[in-house]
Amino acid sequence: MANVRNTARPLSPHLGIYKWGPHMAVSILHRATGSGMATVGTGLFVWWLVALAYGPDAYATFQDVFTLQNGQLNILGYIVGIGMSLSFFQHMASGVRHLFLDAGANFELRSNKRSALTTFAFSILATAIFWVVLLEKAHG
Amino acid sequence: MGNGTRLGRVRGLGSAHEGAGEWWKHKVSAGSNLLLVLWLIVSIALLPGYDYATVAGWIAQPLVAVPLILLVLSVTFHFRHGLQVVIEDYQHDETRFVLIVLLEYFTITVRVLAIFAILKIAFTSTGVAA
Ligand code: HEM
Ligand code: HEM
Repeated sequence: MANVRNTARPLSPHLGIYKWGPHMAVSILHRATGSGMATVGTGLFVWWLVALAYGPDAYATFQDVFTLQNGQLNILGYIVGIGMSLSFFQHMASGVRHLFLDAGANFELRSNKRSALTTFAFSILATAIFWVVLLEKAHG
Repeated sequence: MGNGTRLGRVRGLGSAHEGAGEWWKHKVSAGSNLLLVLWLIVSIALLPGYDYATVAGWIAQPLVAVPLILLVLSVTFHFRHGLQVVIEDYQHDETRFVLIVLLEYFTITVRVLAIFAILKIAFTSTGVAA
């Protein structure tokens, strides 16, 4: 196939030679969170909908996996819940930043770095607010 | 292929002339994802509870079921293109082809399953709207 790489050719410099910075972290996190949501997140979303479509028993089985007897989230519930919400808010922030880059804006070193750091601040803050709202409700 | 003149070897391997359009559609789906997933997250946070009747009753409302279906269309379109780019970046031989075919099946299965489930909930739920 025309796609097969010619191993006699050198590769361009890759991860090993670059100094890590916020811009690189944002880029790889965008890919990791997007792929994670597309696979694990999608699986959970479809499971949730199909369980609801089957009825109360199937929905209870779904809930049981992520909750304790008293209805509070269990460890898995917290890991999956916080992981998914943090992934979404990070991907959303870096996605919006990416749309500006696509338009040719924000390539100046300082503002590029600052917007990269802003995506982290945003995703942590938004995830925290989301969970405060959820937990406030659960604990009355 | 591969043993003609230099020109003959590269002819037909260039741009498929579809890349820019695909790229643009992916960006448009990013915009609709932004609106629809934010709507879902905020709505979930504001639901009074997460028991079966509340959640099913919520989904059963027309102005919830329809945006939810739009969300399924937007997100599946977006991740199908996104994952294809990821596959193309790392896989260069036959596995690329196999993974893209699997991705296509995965996407269509998710899309049909999710939309069917939403419609089933919408048309059969007896829960009270939240
Ligand atoms: C707020 C909503 C979202 C926005 C603004 C957004 C934005 C973007 C943008 C601009 C890209 C292109 C990046 C590039 O060209 O390198 C992208 C890639 C991607 N997105 Fe999203 N997205 C959103 C939601 C989602 C969701 C919900 C999923 C999964 C269910 C997802 C999965 C992906 C994947 C798998 C990629 C490919 C990653 C890569 O090529 O590195 N996105 N997103
Ligand atoms: C037919 C179904 C599936 C297809 C076609 C598929 C395809 C892919 C692809 C192309 C990648 C990116 C690989 C890369 O970076 O080169 C990926 C990553 C991943 N998949 Fe799947 N996947 C499927 C089902 C699933 C399911 C059901 C799960 C889990 C429940 C899953 C979990 C993951 C995880 C965790 C990653 C991230 C790995 C990483 O960080 O590199 N996948 N998948």
